[in-house]
Amino acid sequence: MKAGSSTPDSTPVRVARRQAHHPGLRLVVALLGLLFLFPMGYLAWGTLSLGGDFWATVASERTLRPLRNSLLIATATAVACMFLGTGLAWLVARTDLVARRFWRVVLPLPLVIPSFVGATALLSAFGRGGLVPFLPRIEGFWGAFIVLTALSYPYVYLPVLARLSTTAPTLEEASQLLGSHPVRTLTRVVLPNIRDTVFAGTLLVFLYGLSDFGGVALMRYDTITRAIYSSRLFDRATSLTLGLVLAVLALAVAAIERTATPRRRLGKGIRREQVRYRLRRFATPAVALASGVVGVALVAPVGVFALWVVRGSTTVGVGYAGIGDGLGFLLRPILNSAVASVVAGVCAVAVTLPVAYSAAKQRNWLSNAASASVTSVFALPGLVVALAVVFWAIQAPGPLAAVYQTFPLLVLAYVLHFGAQSMRASQAAIADVPPHYEDAARTLGVDARRRFLAIDLPLIMPGLITGGGLVLLSTLKELPATLLLAPIGFETLATRIWNAAEDGFFAEVGITSLVLILLSGILTWMFVLRRELRV
Amino acid sequence: MRKELGMKRSAMLVLLVVLGLAAGSCGGSDDVITVYSGRTSNLIGPLLQDFAESTGIDIEVRYGQSADLALLIDQEGDRSPADIFISQSPGAVGFLAGKGKLRSIGDEVLGLVPRDFRNADGLWIGISGRVRVIVYNRDLVDPSELPASVFELTEERFRDRVAVAPANGSFQDFVTAMRETHGDDTTLAWLEGLVANDARTYANNTSIVQAVGRGDVPMGLVNHYYNFRATAEDPGVPSENYYFPDRNIGSLMIVTAIGVLSTSDVPELADQLVEFMLGEEAQRFYSEKTYEYPLAAGVVPSSVLPALSSIGVATYDFDRLGGGLERTKELIDESGLEHS
Repeated sequence: MKAGSSTPDSTPVRVARRQAHHPGLRLVVALLGLLFLFPMGYLAWGTLSLGGDFWATVASERTLRPLRNSLLIATATAVACMFLGTGLAWLVARTDLVARRFWRVVLPLPLVIPSFVGATALLSAFGRGGLVPFLPRIEGFWGAFIVLTALSYPYVYLPVLARLSTTAPTLEEASQLLGSHPVRTLTRVVLPNIRDTVFAGTLLVFLYGLSDFGGVALMRYDTITRAIYSSRLFDRATSLTLGLVLAVLALAVAAIERTATPRRRLGKGIRREQVRYRLRRFATPAVALASGVVGVALVAPVGVFALWVVRGSTTVGVGYAGIGDGLGFLLRPILNSAVASVVAGVCAVAVTLPVAYSAAKQRNWLSNAASASVTSVFALPGLVVALAVVFWAIQAPGPLAAVYQTFPLLVLAYVLHFGAQSMRASQAAIADVPPHYEDAARTLGVDARRRFLAIDLPLIMPGLITGGGLVLLSTLKELPATLLLAPIGFETLATRIWNAAEDGFFAEVGITSLVLILLSGILTWMFVLRRELRV
Repeated sequence: MRKELGMKRSAMLVLLVVLGLAAGSCGGSDDVITVYSGRTSNLIGPLLQDFAESTGIDIEVRYGQSADLALLIDQEGDRSPADIFISQSPGAVGFLAGKGKLRSIGDEVLGLVPRDFRNADGLWIGISGRVRVIVYNRDLVDPSELPASVFELTEERFRDRVAVAPANGSFQDFVTAMRETHGDDTTLAWLEGLVANDARTYANNTSIVQAVGRGDVPMGLVNHYYNFRATAEDPGVPSENYYFPDRNIGSLMIVTAIGVLSTSDVPELADQLVEFMLGEEAQRFYSEKTYEYPLAAGVVPSSVLPALSSIGVATYDFDRLGGGLERTKELIDESGLEHS
């Protein structure tokens, strides 16, 4: 039996049933879809009211060149992360890779490094005058490509790892019993099975590549986000119009991805002991691959941070403010970062779950539109999302206005910006729930709410947790919304890093970044890896 | 079932923490000055703390990039919680002045600073100054090669050797000043000359100083104090500042500016803070801790800095900087400098 042979269910009965979703759910999905359109609404309003000419801006050479660069870097990074993230997840989940547990904990961590710090660290790590002088310093396209790939492959790795650890191994066992080579099993059975998850992660990387500013700018690669930033104060019409271009582009990509991927129903069972291949002569290359990735994405930055700390502590101390005496000054930021990221992760999963559920279970214009709307926000630079939230919150009527610059509004900004991550992970998990479970429960007369709680929820939990984990890591490094929207005085590790980096306090950047990476390791372990799966 | 209970408990816990944080952020007395600061906490936090301790007035600070905070204040409109805006660049504070967001500062306070370093209508005032310089790598550049004027950077001998940060506020302020002193045509020709001469574009001042220190690029146009910071942390780095002579526009003095918002509900307290920023303690802090040029209270610049008289700083009517920045942005766009 071949994996690819299971066709979409299209019996009339099923179709009829799918369309009969609860009207309450449809309303919620519609409202959520609208909520995530607010940032784009702000851009559209700004473009119109400031007299920005959408088509003229799009067609000008000054836009097209950076836009082309943006698409190029986002696509290249997405493809690289697709292979890297999937390959690493397969090695960790399905093979006897040496020190598997270690890789499992360490591999997601680069996601937490803010791209501007990651780029600065990599520039200081390799090349003349760097930590590893014999390797070339890479700037421009390839520099941006390496930074973005190194920091965003976990968008693919984490969901695929969760997916691989929870799919039923029946097909793989069958393939094995029939004498298939592991590689053949991988390409014919495993990959078709996890395809949706891989694509979902790859799309996230693509959108992140479009939205990044700090990393590409420091690598001196000219993209559309540079144009958005450098015109934000003195040519707002252009800045907002370019933001709108990016949002429309993301919406289109999300919609195309949604309609172009064929339906697939493969969910076939419950997780249990997984197939695990012996790498044998590939054991060394596999470890080399994992080490290479972790070496560039984590060890090199950590080495540079440590160097900055050591160097600074022998010269001027960690900062002007006399904070070289201890790490006490980081206690509040650590607590704030931890609370904000965990709350954002939980909220993002909860808020996007209805859209994910509806998008996974049925394909109609509403679920497609809502899903594309949630997805598109992730392509916008953080500053644009933050200013959009300010724009809407400041003119909210009456008591709603009181939320301005409070914690709940900050969390809303995080959820809007990163909701795509949790939605995509949840959606892939829900699509994978075997339909015959639901059929059975339905036959027994179990209502929709209980079916969801008793069948879907336990099965999709690993997917939800992974999605929440991605949002958690993204929130830990988030900057623009935290700076503009947090309750005043609310410092996070990321804002401290920015503060220090802005004026070249590298020792302080170093120590704070090390603490951030450590905290992210602890949080992902506590909230994600430990719960999600037992590899 | 046990699992569900566990989840409920976690949810409750999270809710409690959130409520706690929300409660913590509410309340507060009337005697609070809210500052939006484009200057980072390392460069101003200790001063604000001293002010709060000596006066008993609470200060709340939101840090961010000057341009982003200016946008934030503009977007907040009448509901802005900010009383004071501190800007690293005259451009961002000029943006707000142009939008009528600032109220005039009292004459006694204005009188503390020379006319060149404040707004003519008294809407904002400089508290410290930075000078535009060339930072160069002494292993790659012989000091005798360095140009006498910033206009020489478009000559063949500087091909592919100069770094600039055109998206940076200070660079834009400098270009605006050049427009006002030398005209738009000369300025555009200079910008285009840089592009033709393969000048390299960087994200910001700090990354230029780092690149010069590593030897990626021999020299770059930045503000003077970044290199003091770089050599303080790493004394071995071969980067040095060069100040253009003869009051060349290349060594423009750029001020950090402070202004009081017209929507402030505590304007008297805000004025008090502005005055404090020009007092001896604050001016000494800029001189000794941040290696900047003090502008008031008779405080002399740090001994590691060249005296202002010896380098001939191009002073300039900063008033016109903010208003003229739209055109500056157009010229930079037109030259294509940001793509190189």
